[in-house]
Amino acid sequence: MASMLLTSLRSSPLTSVQAAQFAARSLGTSVHLQAQAKSKKTLAKPGVKNIVLVDGVRTPFLQSGTIYADLMPHDLARAALQGLLNRTGLPKDAVDYIVYGTVIQEVKTSNVAREAALGAGFSDKTPAHTVTMACISSNQAMTTAVGLIAAGQCDAVVAGGVEFMSDVPIRHSRRMRKTMLSLNKAKTLGARLSLLGSIRLAHLAPELPAVAEFSTAETMGHSADRLAAAFGVSRLEQDEFALRSHTLAKKAQDSGLLSDVISFKVPGKDIVSKDNGIRPSTMEQMAKLKPAFIKPHGTVTAANSSFLTDGASAVLIMSEEKALAMGYKPKAYLRDFVYVSQDPKDQLLLGPTYATPKVLEKSGLTLNDIDVFEFHEAFAGQIMANLKAMESDWFAQTYMGRKTKVGAPPMEKFNSWGGSLSLGHPFAATGCRLVTTVAHRLQKEGGQYGLVAACAAGGQGHAMVIEAYPQ
Amino acid sequence: IFVFFIISVISCIHSRTHVNYEIKGDVAVIRMNDPSVNTLSVQMQREMTEVMDEVWGNSAVQSVVLISSKPGSFIAGADLNMIQACTTAEEVTLLSQEGQKMFEKIEKSPKPIVAAINGSCLGGGLEFAIACQYRIATKSKKTVLGCPEVMLGLLPGAGGTQRLPKMLGLPSAFDMVLTGRSIRPDKAKKMGLVHQLVDTLGPGLKSPEERTIEYLEEVAVEAARGLAKKQIPLTKEKGLMQKIQDHVMSYPFVRQQIYNTVQKKVMKQTKGLYPAPLKIIECVKAGLEQGPTAGYLAESQNFGKLAMTPESKALIGLYHGQVTCKKNRFGTPEKEVKALAVLGAGLMGAGIAQVSVDKGIHTILKDTTLEGLSRGEQQVYKGLNDKTKKKSITTFERDSFLSNLTGQLDYNGFNKADMVIEAVFEDLSIKHKVLKEVEAVIPPHCIFATNTSALPIKDIAAVSKRPEKVIGMHYFSPVDKMQLLEIITTDKTSKDTTASAVAVGLKQGKVIIVVGDGPGFYTTRCLAPMLAEAVRVLQEGVDPKKLDSLTTGFGFPVGAATLADEVGIDVAAHVAEDLGKAFGSRFGGGNIEFLKSMVDKGFKGRKSGKGCYIYQPGLKRRDVNTEALEILESYKLTPNAAISSDSDIQYRLVSRFVNEAVLCLQEGILANPVEGDIGAVFGLGFPPCLGGPFRFVDSFGADKLVEKMRKFEEVFGNQFTPCQLLLDHAKDPSKKFHK
Repeated sequence: MASMLLTSLRSSPLTSVQAAQFAARSLGTSVHLQAQAKSKKTLAKPGVKNIVLVDGVRTPFLQSGTIYADLMPHDLARAALQGLLNRTGLPKDAVDYIVYGTVIQEVKTSNVAREAALGAGFSDKTPAHTVTMACISSNQAMTTAVGLIAAGQCDAVVAGGVEFMSDVPIRHSRRMRKTMLSLNKAKTLGARLSLLGSIRLAHLAPELPAVAEFSTAETMGHSADRLAAAFGVSRLEQDEFALRSHTLAKKAQDSGLLSDVISFKVPGKDIVSKDNGIRPSTMEQMAKLKPAFIKPHGTVTAANSSFLTDGASAVLIMSEEKALAMGYKPKAYLRDFVYVSQDPKDQLLLGPTYATPKVLEKSGLTLNDIDVFEFHEAFAGQIMANLKAMESDWFAQTYMGRKTKVGAPPMEKFNSWGGSLSLGHPFAATGCRLVTTVAHRLQKEGGQYGLVAACAAGGQGHAMVIEAYPQ
Repeated sequence: IFVFFIISVISCIHSRTHVNYEIKGDVAVIRMNDPSVNTLSVQMQREMTEVMDEVWGNSAVQSVVLISSKPGSFIAGADLNMIQACTTAEEVTLLSQEGQKMFEKIEKSPKPIVAAINGSCLGGGLEFAIACQYRIATKSKKTVLGCPEVMLGLLPGAGGTQRLPKMLGLPSAFDMVLTGRSIRPDKAKKMGLVHQLVDTLGPGLKSPEERTIEYLEEVAVEAARGLAKKQIPLTKEKGLMQKIQDHVMSYPFVRQQIYNTVQKKVMKQTKGLYPAPLKIIECVKAGLEQGPTAGYLAESQNFGKLAMTPESKALIGLYHGQVTCKKNRFGTPEKEVKALAVLGAGLMGAGIAQVSVDKGIHTILKDTTLEGLSRGEQQVYKGLNDKTKKKSITTFERDSFLSNLTGQLDYNGFNKADMVIEAVFEDLSIKHKVLKEVEAVIPPHCIFATNTSALPIKDIAAVSKRPEKVIGMHYFSPVDKMQLLEIITTDKTSKDTTASAVAVGLKQGKVIIVVGDGPGFYTTRCLAPMLAEAVRVLQEGVDPKKLDSLTTGFGFPVGAATLADEVGIDVAAHVAEDLGKAFGSRFGGGNIEFLKSMVDKGFKGRKSGKGCYIYQPGLKRRDVNTEALEILESYKLTPNAAISSDSDIQYRLVSRFVNEAVLCLQEGILANPVEGDIGAVFGLGFPPCLGGPFRFVDSFGADKLVEKMRKFEEVFGNQFTPCQLLLDHAKDPSKKFHK
């Protein structure tokens, strides 16, 4: 998919006139927002510890198979962790615990958190564990950290996530594996020979991992295409949204807003300091692409899907007291969060629709209170479907047990520095990017509350409310 | 003029109840919406012709989409009543020719027509679809394509036998038309029956069903435009295999070879008792060898002829009967059975559990030993796993079905059961013990169903504290394959208990007959005399293979000797003894001692590896068990030459079966002849081409049957005495069991 995107879009940079037109049409009005003075109540709850995001960083997100191609997942994770140490000046032994997310596991480093922490020079006395929850793995890492702090067990936790799609475990077939394992146990030459003799050509066919649901065997892109169709999202709407994402990301990159990105010297290669998947195209160019999953009438294409990405992210989470005691100026409070799950077949990617109202209710907020929205963009069609679902009374009543619709976020507050479609989506690293971006956008735009929402394989979803730390 | 135009449009819309259309740009979308089910009824055909003429005459329309507004069906087939209303073959032939003409116009349409298929596209519906230029189908579980006519003793009479061979090639077309099998969308795409597939959609801004149809229409409209603009080619580039096949098929001797092979196969499977498959071969052959004119003529004429055959009437009767027996005539039960407990994890118990868990019923499977339980749970797993191999369910669905199953050795959780089905050993004292144990632990509303093939339910219920909650549910082995469920009510069984048992059976996918209580109920009671006769025939020196060929030659799917092995010789002996005691000499015939000697030697049938035949795992070929023949030697009887011709033997076997069935109706064990026919065909394999014992009496003639029986009666006595009801029918030819 990534290479499809590459070949189809490389030759067509957006002209400045078109970019300006597009920006004028659908961009956020961050200038206005900045001017607004905020005086909303704080979401601190009596008896609940204030937990803060001290800072967050990420490696540049690169299309898989490009500059990171020869690394291993823990190398990327190491880069993010080291970057976080550099950025915060954190003494290595001040970290109580490390939680790291990953989706496609490298079997050699199955607890990638520990391998990366050791390699990044953290104290070998700091325990580390790895979590996995598909595209919300690093969200899970962060909320695990929040839990550890809230429970009084830790004061400073590093959370993060890594995904490395340039190399994925490709296995021998089950039959071949069985033969090879039996071979280990075979005692005599005769037994070994007879086992070797049982190998057939078909057993040599490798097993490739797929971005598909185990329960339904449906690939995510296929499900996204069906979801878009179910909500009547047109190809045009999807292409427009994808173009918006790339245009906004480009603008954010050019104006230096993506300050969470750290530079990374890739061994044997140059220093990388920029995401390389941001490629604003034109509607005409995008319209030429053939559907990637449902042929010939599907609407999801390489250009309106997130591409396979390598990248890692990390955040430093602390109790407010500890952060202040160590002299930090935190960036944001991490407030209420929820996890939701629904039918993995027909509602695979609707997590944000379910999670958003739930977390807002928990915080006693309404959609109007939120200044900054950061939703994970798996597919343009998935985002548009979620927005339509949130705007539908019928959907809210029929499937969510609500009296009225959730309401869709206003576009000017929505993913205004680009999103997974353009910045890239290393599965387990995206969550931290979303949270850090909310914190940065709140600071930049002067808002008070931010909302993160994401969908994940397995029909799961997540949302979190983030409150700006008083300036 | 303007006003007139509006009025005419309105009246036009109002006058049509089955077909309407809308013009979307340059595409006419024709929607079929019969008030009941979409069938090719007279009304539907008339309105369709009108609409098509309007569409063809409208110069703004460049292409057409044909779609159904009904969620579950495109067109379910031709209207059977329309065919049944005809009294002569010529009338039916005319119907066929009208259909042929209509579809010919569709096929030659200057504006491309896209059939957008969601739900069943069967029989005439499929023939309509294949006359269109392009087909798009949804991947819905309800979408199936097929030509089930052969199962009704008919043939696809509106061009199916002519178009399919050209579209799919001879082998696939024969397979489809001769088996009548339903083809799922993915297979249909692979074999070239449809051009494009559309996914079903989940929840969106409308209900999934509604939106899926809308989506199908959107995709079909786009395809129609593409076809009209020639962006989508009408003929697909053929694959290499297809080209090779076409080339091979272009040799007349190759085709001749195929006709012969298929003909032989049909003769082997049907014993020549079913005329439809042979006529189908004839039609296909006529079309390919003598050209379309001859082909279509053969098709319409043979269609007419077949519609008048007793075989077709029998099969259509069974179809209607099956529909009737898939309804609950006892109404909706007060409480739905959500938690079921099955006692005994043997073949039957595990089978019952299997067909329950995959319908979402939480099922406890209880046995007394860990070995028994383990075997039973493995049977359920294997049954479901085999379905994953056939891809009818996914491994995930298998796992989720299995999560409904709880295997255990105690009565834990029985206090929450809505129904208990016991499938323990057929012994009254064991059944009594189990009933008492169960009643001590189940809640008051819980129903106790007993799975027995011969023990009277009232005898089992005798020890019950609540006999109104006791009912018989007689499943047939193997439970997951056999469609029939015989439900037995006693005088004390409450109506709600019956309604509940029927509801559970229907949920399990069964065809259900509800019969009165008595030894052997209905099915076992009919089978026992026939098996007694079969034993006598064996004793008279007829080889088991010969006996099998005589019975299958009459139309039974399984021969009598094989059937005895399948049922189990021990079970047969047991039942023969029980029913012999209950009904006396009338149930005599073969010597029970022979069966007992077989059991003593361990020859219990298939399950023990030896019975009339020897069964070896992995071997399909079966040899006659010579040791059984040796036992037979000591029970040898001398046949009476006057009643021992092949045909006599067949009628000796069948007449005892039929007479007992009629007696069951006479005694009120059976509620009606329809259930009698369904029970005999679906539970015991009574020849489907005869439509069941009652339809057989109707078509064969009660008088002729009585005449035959009298001849046998002279030799064997009361075993062949016709019952009163049969005599009544023999006396008055106007009396028929089926109208």
